[in-house]
Amino acid sequence: MSTVVEQVWATLEHLTDPEIPVVTLRELGILRDVTETPDGVEVVITPTYTGCPAMGQIEDDVKASLSQAGIPARVVTRLAPAWTTDWMSDEAKEKLRAYGIAPPHTTRPDVSVVKFMRHRPAPDVVACPHCGSTHTVVSSQFGSTACKALYKCLDCQEPFDYFKPY
Amino acid sequence: MNAPVDYLLHLADNAVVLGQRNAEWCGHGPILEEDIAMGNVSLDYIGQARLLYQLAATRLGGDATEDKLAYFRDETQFRNYTLLELPHNGPLVGYAVSDRDYATTIVRNFLYGALMVLVWDALEKSPDADLAAIAAKSLKEARYHLHHAADWVVRFGDGTEESHKRAQAAVDHLFPYTEEFWTPSAAEDAAVAAGAGVDVRSLRAAWDAIVNETLSEATLVRPQVRGYVPEGKHGRHSEHLGYLLGEMQGLARAHPGATW
Repeated sequence: MSTVVEQVWATLEHLTDPEIPVVTLRELGILRDVTETPDGVEVVITPTYTGCPAMGQIEDDVKASLSQAGIPARVVTRLAPAWTTDWMSDEAKEKLRAYGIAPPHTTRPDVSVVKFMRHRPAPDVVACPHCGSTHTVVSSQFGSTACKALYKCLDCQEPFDYFKPY
Repeated sequence: MNAPVDYLLHLADNAVVLGQRNAEWCGHGPILEEDIAMGNVSLDYIGQARLLYQLAATRLGGDATEDKLAYFRDETQFRNYTLLELPHNGPLVGYAVSDRDYATTIVRNFLYGALMVLVWDALEKSPDADLAAIAAKSLKEARYHLHHAADWVVRFGDGTEESHKRAQAAVDHLFPYTEEFWTPSAAEDAAVAAGAGVDVRSLRAAWDAIVNETLSEATLVRPQVRGYVPEGKHGRHSEHLGYLLGEMQGLARAHPGATW
C-alpha cells in the first residue's frame, strides 16, 4: 500500500455513521476502496439503503476530512456489488450490541423470491441487547430507520432496535 | 445492451409516485409503528427512484438531471402504473376528499410489491450493468416491503369483521388495475428487444402464486377481472395523478434551481 493510500485510510478511520456514531464507515463496509490514480486519490463508497438520508452526510464527511488533511481526493459512489450487512465486522457488531442495537444476523441463503414468499420465514430470533434474553418479539419490521426493525424483550420489557439483515 | 431511457423512467416513475402517495401517511398513520413503517417504505421508493432518474439523466446527457426528470415533466409524460397514483380509498373523483383507508394502502403495496420482487429479481441478471446494480439493491428492499404488506393483508383479511370487509373492498377496487402489469408498453418491448429488460408476461405465473397464496391465507377472495386495461404507463392517467404531482412538484417549480 502506498503512503498516500495509507494516509487516506488513517484519516478516514475516525469517521463514524451519522446515525450510529459508535461504528466507523470502514467497519460498516460503506468505505470500500482507496486507490491512487494519475489525477489524485479515489475513495469509493457504497450506499446502504437506496434512500438512506445519511448517505449525503457520509459523502460530505469523507470529503471534508480529506480536504482538512490536505489530501486531494475524489469520492466515487459505486452500487455493485450491493452493500450487505454481512460485510459488517464482528467488532462492529459487538459495538452495536453495546450501544443497544441488536446486530444483524447473517443474510438468509439465496432462495427464489416465490419460494421466499410462499414460506414466509418466521421473524429472526433476536437476543435482547440489554439482558441477552432470546424471549423477544418483533413489534414492527420497520423501526427508527429503514435499516432497523423494532423488537421488544419479554423478559426485561425493554424495546430495542434490531439491525435487519440486508 | 443498455435498457432504453423510457424503460428506466417507467421504473423510476412507479417508485416516485408510490413513494409520494405512501408518504401522505407521514404523521397520520393508524398507529405509530405503521406511521414509521410507511415513512421508511417511502424513503426506499424515493431512493430507488433517485438512482433510476440519475441513471436516466446520465444516459440522456445534455442538461438532464434527476430533479428535472422528477419535478419538471408533466402528467402525460409520467409512465407509472395507474394503480400507484390512486388515493388511499375506494373509487372517488379526483377532487373528492375522504378519510384514508389503510387497507387500500396495504393491498396496493402488496399487489405492487409482489410484482417488484419478481421484476428486480429478473433485472438483477440484466446485462445492463448499471440497471442490474440498482435492481440488486432494490430487491433487498422490495422483499421487506412485500413481507410487511403481506403480513398486514393476512392480519386484515383474517382479522375482525370490519377489517375483513375493508380488505376485501380494497382487493375488489384495486385488482382490476393490475391488468396493466401484463400488457407490455413500447418501452418494455424495447427493453426486452435490447436484452436488458424483463418480459412482464413471464412473471405472471409467479405473481399469481404469491397473490393467491396470501389472499387465501387472508381468507380474501380474488375477484374475476375482465375488460378495461389502464394505460398509465403509456402516459394516459386517472384524474388523480395531476393532484399528486401538483403537491410533489409545486415547490421545485415555484423556486426553480433552489437549494437548501
